[in-house]
Amino acid sequence: MTISRLGVIAGMLLSASVATAADITPAVVFDMGGKFDKSFNQGVYDGVERFKAESGIEYREFEVTNETQREQAIRRMAQRGANPILGVGFAQAGPMETVAKEFPDVKFTLIDGVVDLPNVQSVVFKEQEGSFLVGLLAAMASSNQSVGFVGGMDIPLIRRFACGFEQGAKHASAQVDVVQNMTGTTPSAWNDPGRGSELAKGQFDRGVDVIYAAAGGTGVGVYQAAKDGGKLAIGVDSNQNYLHPGTMLTSMLKRVDVAAYNAFKDAMNDTWEPGMKVLGLAEEGVGWALDENNESLITDEMKAAVDAAAASIVAGDITVHDYMSDNTCTY
Amino acid sequence: MNTSSIALPAWMEIGLIPVLNIIMALFFAGLIMLAIGVNPLQAVGIMINGAFGYDEAIGYTLYYTTNFIFTGLAVAVAFHASLFNIGGEGQAYIGGLGVGLVFLLLDKYLPAVLLIPIGIMAAGLFGAAWAFIPAWLQAHRGSHIVITTIMFNFIAASIMVYLLVNVLIKPGQMSPESRVFDESAWLPFMHEFLGWFGVVVTRTPLNLSLFFALFCCFGVWIYIWRTRWGYELRTAGHSEHAARYAGIKPKTVVISAMCVSGALAGFVAVNEIMGVHHRLLLNFTAGYGFTGIAVSLMGRNHPVGIIMASLLFGVLYQGGAELAFEIPKITREMVVAIQGLIILFSGALALMLRPWVVKVYLKFKSADTLAPA
Repeated sequence: MTISRLGVIAGMLLSASVATAADITPAVVFDMGGKFDKSFNQGVYDGVERFKAESGIEYREFEVTNETQREQAIRRMAQRGANPILGVGFAQAGPMETVAKEFPDVKFTLIDGVVDLPNVQSVVFKEQEGSFLVGLLAAMASSNQSVGFVGGMDIPLIRRFACGFEQGAKHASAQVDVVQNMTGTTPSAWNDPGRGSELAKGQFDRGVDVIYAAAGGTGVGVYQAAKDGGKLAIGVDSNQNYLHPGTMLTSMLKRVDVAAYNAFKDAMNDTWEPGMKVLGLAEEGVGWALDENNESLITDEMKAAVDAAAASIVAGDITVHDYMSDNTCTY
Repeated sequence: MNTSSIALPAWMEIGLIPVLNIIMALFFAGLIMLAIGVNPLQAVGIMINGAFGYDEAIGYTLYYTTNFIFTGLAVAVAFHASLFNIGGEGQAYIGGLGVGLVFLLLDKYLPAVLLIPIGIMAAGLFGAAWAFIPAWLQAHRGSHIVITTIMFNFIAASIMVYLLVNVLIKPGQMSPESRVFDESAWLPFMHEFLGWFGVVVTRTPLNLSLFFALFCCFGVWIYIWRTRWGYELRTAGHSEHAARYAGIKPKTVVISAMCVSGALAGFVAVNEIMGVHHRLLLNFTAGYGFTGIAVSLMGRNHPVGIIMASLLFGVLYQGGAELAFEIPKITREMVVAIQGLIILFSGALALMLRPWVVKVYLKFKSADTLAPA
């Protein structure tokens, strides 16, 4: 493993110096959610837009609509001379691997997935760590000692969010009850606010008073239900506190915007490197949001507890279980 | 004047009216493009060039066409028996499950000559089995097939997610996908196939399932118009009472028609799973099952019409993707709107222009007959 990683880095150092600063032609391939999904893809969109605004360099973009278009779009970008090419979402890992082999001189960056090739940079996040922190906050904010989780589509990635959240809540208090629901089994589960709202109301009826939604556009319904019912909700990926100030306890931040921005920026400055980047709490790739919209909801005690937990995680004293390491949630 | 009973020559019915419909649709699509400041002629140029302009484009167009032929045929067969099979999506999905299960079990042990026919049979059998349940419920319990097949799409999606997330997933990977099949289970790509004959074409997802799709078109034509079963199917479709009077068992027809329909939908997996992805994954059906309804309507439920309609949809999908790629102002939602307009004019409003065509036709015809010989 170490040897192959070294080989990867060596290979990259050899090929990295081809492009000079500012002559990049970046491209981004958004995934099925689309660039305006108010969540994951939009985070990437914000990041590349910031790059465009700062550098004045235009980028090419494409939004895929079916499985096969991923490979097609990535290849078309490469054929058109785009470099670097940014892929969004784990589902692009397979297609990017195929295309990256065909274009060894093109730099590829994949967010949320891993491709082990000398011209691919893989950026992944420790969502479980950020989820742990908001789980802790949720348990402390809950007066009924009962917190809820609403996931989008039932896939391992979302269970990783759920597992981290559960562990965080139990860390605050072992008596806390964690209720979990997934919105659905098809991709429409990412964009079903009506169902999100129903699930949230169902959980409120069972005594839950803080809900964490990791469900893309579906979350909007959860947050609305929390506002209507006078309960608390927790946003995901982007800082969603502004949506309903007063009932948004916090948001679990996953800085895909920073990852996307850095991918282009590093390519421009010739500091882009292949290999795997794992962004957790220590790297500030995940975190929780505190701003003027939710500062009244976060007590000093809560802030102290969450800061202490974050420090322990960074120091390695607390290990947050990664659901996807063994497909179970045991911690 | 009621013109629906006046017969037009076949070339007008099958050729002229569909072309007029598409022109109407493109006209309205052009208005939308003008509204957002895009030159419609340039857009049409990009779309056609993106669908036929170079060998990679043709490959993608025909790859989409293959899927639409399968799902279009599936809807058409059921339609001839007066059944509206909306479950093509789920049947294709479960067909993929059949292929996946068989290949995950056997790909290490059997050679390609055995694996590929087995895979095709598994796709068909699983698709047929998924259609059998709603068919049986319709025949014996009177549950309406439209409702049950729609619901079975969701059940299929849930089963697939459960199996891929919990059972069939390759351990330690992010994406809910099975492992990649052994290469002996891969249906050859068209670029590989042509390569054997020394013809070099760009790599595309197009694979040999296109030939299988065309073979299925021929098979469906034989089945519906040249066999006793097809005769029974059409009779029961026209009038259940007449069919029963003629000694045909409508219940058997419902079940057999739906099973054939489900098998055809299941063959989408031959293209997608055996031909392109070589592993079982989520959502490979991507709505092809639903689009098959429009394809079948537009193709007048006839295999030749379905091939033409499938090609048109292939062009819309591939050309539309190129359009979104080349012109940033045209988003993928815009492409869906253009596709929607074409479906609207060719499907739902298919006969809107017919009365005028009949009038013009009658005028010319009467001019002909009145003209001195």
